[in-house]
Amino acid sequence: MLLIGLLMTGGLYTAFSPATAQETKTDAELIQQGRELFLVGCSSCHGKNGEGVSTQREGQIKGPSLVGVGAAAVDFQVDTGRMPMARPEQQAPRKEVLYNDEEIAAMAAFVASLGPGPAIPSPEDYSIDDLSEEERVAAVARGSQIFLTNCTACHNFNGQGGAMPEGGYAPSLKGVESKHIYQAMLTGPQSMDNFSNGNLSPEQKRDVIAYLRAIEDQPEYGGFTLGGLGPVSEGLFGWLIGIGGLVGFAVWIAAHTTRSTKDKVEA
Amino acid sequence: MSVDTTKVAKSNATAAATPAKPSKLGGAANWADERLGIGSMMKKNIRKVFPDHWSFMLGEIALWSFVTLLLTGVFLTLWFVPSMNEVAYQGSYEQLRGVYMSEAMVSTMDISFDIRGGLLMRQMHHWAAMIFIASMMVHLMRVYLTGAFRKPREINWVIGMLLLLLGTLEGFTGYSLPDDLLSGTGVRAADGFMKAAPVVGTYMSFFLFGGEFPGESIIPRLYIIHVLLIPALLLGLIAAHMLLLVYHKHTQWPGPGRTEQNVVGFPMLPVYAAKAGGFFFIVFGVTALMGGLMTINPLWKYGPYDPSKVTAGSQPDWYMGWPDGALRIIPGWESAFWGVTLSWNILLPILILPILLWVIVMMLPFIEAWITGDKREHHLLERPRNAPTRTALLVALMTFYGLMWAAGGNDLIAIKFDMSINAITYFMRGAVFVGPVIAFIITRRWCISLQRHDNERLLHGWETGVVSRSADGGFSELHLPYTQEKQYALTARDRDEEKTYTSESDVDENGVPAPDTRKNRLRAKLSKFWYGPAVQKPTAADFHEAHHHGDHAEVGAGEGSKELH
Repeated sequence: MLLIGLLMTGGLYTAFSPATAQETKTDAELIQQGRELFLVGCSSCHGKNGEGVSTQREGQIKGPSLVGVGAAAVDFQVDTGRMPMARPEQQAPRKEVLYNDEEIAAMAAFVASLGPGPAIPSPEDYSIDDLSEEERVAAVARGSQIFLTNCTACHNFNGQGGAMPEGGYAPSLKGVESKHIYQAMLTGPQSMDNFSNGNLSPEQKRDVIAYLRAIEDQPEYGGFTLGGLGPVSEGLFGWLIGIGGLVGFAVWIAAHTTRSTKDKVEA
Repeated sequence: MSVDTTKVAKSNATAAATPAKPSKLGGAANWADERLGIGSMMKKNIRKVFPDHWSFMLGEIALWSFVTLLLTGVFLTLWFVPSMNEVAYQGSYEQLRGVYMSEAMVSTMDISFDIRGGLLMRQMHHWAAMIFIASMMVHLMRVYLTGAFRKPREINWVIGMLLLLLGTLEGFTGYSLPDDLLSGTGVRAADGFMKAAPVVGTYMSFFLFGGEFPGESIIPRLYIIHVLLIPALLLGLIAAHMLLLVYHKHTQWPGPGRTEQNVVGFPMLPVYAAKAGGFFFIVFGVTALMGGLMTINPLWKYGPYDPSKVTAGSQPDWYMGWPDGALRIIPGWESAFWGVTLSWNILLPILILPILLWVIVMMLPFIEAWITGDKREHHLLERPRNAPTRTALLVALMTFYGLMWAAGGNDLIAIKFDMSINAITYFMRGAVFVGPVIAFIITRRWCISLQRHDNERLLHGWETGVVSRSADGGFSELHLPYTQEKQYALTARDRDEEKTYTSESDVDENGVPAPDTRKNRLRAKLSKFWYGPAVQKPTAADFHEAHHHGDHAEVGAGEGSKELH
């Protein structure tokens, strides 16, 4: 499924990338299709030309300007179901995807036409399949340090996610497709920082993905992870199972006396 | 009385009796007794009586988890290297291979991945530590709620509080040893806490770390504190705690045949030795199961400590969670004067509040003794409901602790329950003050209601469920009295007015104000507050009245006596 998704996105990208004169017509059509979809699904918050819509209140916006966010941002937001939002709220949650790949590509092409921005990455950028075993191990070790330095403060050491101010949150990275992780680093969606290619090179981004895949695939050496949330969940289980169980045993021991429960036989 | 002497002596009835050959065990025991004099000691102690109640075994969980800690800890010391020398990790865990880390971290990784049984031992050690401190607290609550801390056991209460404090410090030092990202963050926090102390803060920090944080001394220093200094103190205090327990003898629940002068229960041998010995294996077994099945501190995921890194969900182990909660919710108060900044936002929740609460809990027996003026010895326990103010006081403290605890996990509450971390923080700022007061009021009223219920049971017996209809159409339920034993146990408590302190006249016979007038007035006021609303057990007259009202048959304890309502 992942492979099919990757192939399709990659295929669509190569099919629609504004590379040759031959495809120009398709490109224009695609942008037109994207524009129509955008006007229906996105313009109420982002404006008819993606210029953003501000609210009456100073400093508050309904939707930010999309000029210069690039195709990668659109592909990330729409392909994870975050956009369009179901309602205005602190943060757009991951949910069911509303558009098919072709439609997403069209909208991405339209938004990319508004101003220069990061393009949708190709599978070679984030795939670790073509690395040799030694290269992969080295990439994982490098990625571990990049991840622990840049990502764990919000996403937790295990990639389980964490809290952000005012009801926001850093989502769990478990089961997130490599492409989306790469795009998130590239575009910095919502409260996330933007790790441009000058900041974290494409190889470093791939290393992070290699590390995330590695900790996802490795067995849980210690047993049940208890949520992988650190000492709080450990303490909870220590009390519930540890003390709870042992007090239960104490009750059991004290309830069993050496005194016979049988009635005394009178001689 | 005829005694069968054939087992100890032989006689054919005409010749003098000759002693039978003593058993081998008896010979060995005699050999030891003649050299060590253990006979008289054993004779007394193997007959030491233990009353049976589950709540008396909570302290044992602490004892046995401490033994588990010693056993697993010795295993870990065989491989742990308390050094901060930086080396590249080359062990089995490939995700970190080649990454530079301290030898402490490398050896902990080796224990986890390359030493047979190492991960199990590490996880057992950590879980046992969690259980050790938790069981001490549960034991503390039991002792307080049943009034077992009263004279003559106040010193043992203080020793217990010292054990709790040392256990917490021991836990913190152990948490810091592996030098992974989480423990390093903890040490960094501790460094910050120390530096928040006015005047001496930076000196303390430099002294502990042997210079600027992190330096290269902290792990070896924490190690020797963790494996020698605190365990030795813990062992000594545990010995003192248990010697006092033997000296004072056990407390017991009131009941027929149980007085302030005796202890009713089972002797050490054979019954209690089997129960307590068996309990050790249960504690060890539960710890082993937890260590084998449940991940604790997966340091391979945290990676080595590096001051530039921190992870979401960086919390201390649970016993330090509540000061962490206080730290999380306190507003950012600071004052700056004479070129220095005083960080109240760290000073108050970390350096003052925990010590203050610890001192308050340690002083509870003395405070209560002063308020009540009760100087008698107490070996019979009180049910929590029969000391409503005491019970309510502890529940208020527990509520405070619990709210602070929750505040320490505010980030996880926010993501797991879909709430705003800011809203949780603002709520907790109020709740930690209001919550304990509400808990106090509710608990006290609840205890008093239970006392009323007890009186109801004494005076009217139990509801049989047998409903009768009288000739004129009224319905009534048949009540039967409880057994005498039950009634005895329910009424085996003092009347509070016997214990309430009342101040004598403020002036002596010459009209001169008596010394300590103000103090005594306060004491009388507090004493009234302490006992005031509690319900007293029925008097003999109450019994008489209850059993004769209406035209019912007289109620005795015997069978067939009944009462209709």
